Amino acid sequence: MAKNVLIVGGGMGGTIVANGMARQLVDELRTGAVSITMIGNTERHLYQPGLLYIPFGRIRESELYRDQRSILDRRIVFHSDPAKQIDVDSSRVVCESGNSYSYDYLVIATGSRLMPETIPGLTEGAHCFYDLPGARKMRTALEEFRGGKVVVNVNAPHKCPVAPLEVTFMLYDYFKGKGLLDKTEVTYTYPVGRVHGLENVANWAKPEFERLGIRYETFFNTKEVNPKEKTVSSEEGVTLPYDLLVTIPPHQGQQVIEDSGLGKGGWVPTDPKTLRRDGSKNVFVIGDTTNIPISKAGSTAHFEADTLVDNLVSLLQHDHWARNYDGKVYCFVETGLKTGTYIWFNYETPPNPSPPSQMIHWFKLAYNRLYWMSARGLL
Amino acid sequence: MADRQTIDARGAFCPGPLMEMIAALKLVAVGDEIEVLSSDKGSSADIPEWVAKVGHEMVGITDHEGHWSLVVRKLK
Repeated sequence: MAKNVLIVGGGMGGTIVANGMARQLVDELRTGAVSITMIGNTERHLYQPGLLYIPFGRIRESELYRDQRSILDRRIVFHSDPAKQIDVDSSRVVCESGNSYSYDYLVIATGSRLMPETIPGLTEGAHCFYDLPGARKMRTALEEFRGGKVVVNVNAPHKCPVAPLEVTFMLYDYFKGKGLLDKTEVTYTYPVGRVHGLENVANWAKPEFERLGIRYETFFNTKEVNPKEKTVSSEEGVTLPYDLLVTIPPHQGQQVIEDSGLGKGGWVPTDPKTLRRDGSKNVFVIGDTTNIPISKAGSTAHFEADTLVDNLVSLLQHDHWARNYDGKVYCFVETGLKTGTYIWFNYETPPNPSPPSQMIHWFKLAYNRLYWMSARGLL
Repeated sequence: MADRQTIDARGAFCPGPLMEMIAALKLVAVGDEIEVLSSDKGSSADIPEWVAKVGHEMVGITDHEGHWSLVVRKLK
């Protein structure tokens, strides 16, 4: 009997799993012993980390997208047909078209979504570069900005935990380059009691903020935004005025996860080492979709996907478990428009940022192009 | 009877136990409890400080020698 591997989600995690498996299961795919099917929401694949550069005019929009089929191994069957119901009891996924797909192994990689509407006034009052329309709108706002109070407002939970720091440092360099620093005050707000969730990153970023004159307000969980008065208020009782508000809005998992009863908030309870859905032997979850208490980031999805490829291939070929996920995450961090650093960590090792340099910034720019090789399972 | 949800954030460096708790509180009903297991000593101070600022209730902190259990009840 042929074994069907079904991947729900065509983002970074799902795509790396699909291509990685196809490269290792050459004979099985040729003989029909294994099939790999992907269900995605869109025909186009977006390189999400590139959105950070759009407001600053530092990347071309055409660099952000590829046709999904063009980056998938041709032996992978792809349907652009959003999943509507994931039934893990009957091992079947039903899509919006009405078509349904059965599986022997299921990979859930549906990702997360932006939920600015959960905070009153946030959608109307704030700019957000986490999607293309928002990044374009922020670019226009920056072009028209002539000085004033800028608030970078971070909400929980959110993906790409270093992006709020990156955009703050990039805004500083941008205003400096336009000669607006003496007329501009930048304030960064963060939900917990330090400027970043990672203690070592916070210990590095706080003196950097102080050196550059960037203000910060910690223990700031946004309660509401008043777009008319141009103020943003926190649950903790602090209100800040703004002329330009940039937000990283709270996120949730996808609606299909909630509709399928797989997890509150769209986050699927998942074993942190095996990446199996709690209670399932043949359902795996990767990327933002899990409830594992680690960074929701492309890098996390990438290293989880690498682990999952080894395990699924080993299970299909030898009925044998290969290895556990060790929590590895590696992130480049832009520290301005010309310098960068990086962090890596896993379940055992805390991160420790290296001194920022132009070289690491160039590495990050290079990776923005090399990403398409990662997605194809080559890097 | 209030529900209690447990988050095992032991060994989690990012985004950290308090951020996990803030995210979880958004998804539960008033009166429900969140228990966070944390191996980060700083969280045993950060979480009560934040809970007091925002106006939820700190139900208890237990030192399990190597990790802490912090239970918070959502009040609003």
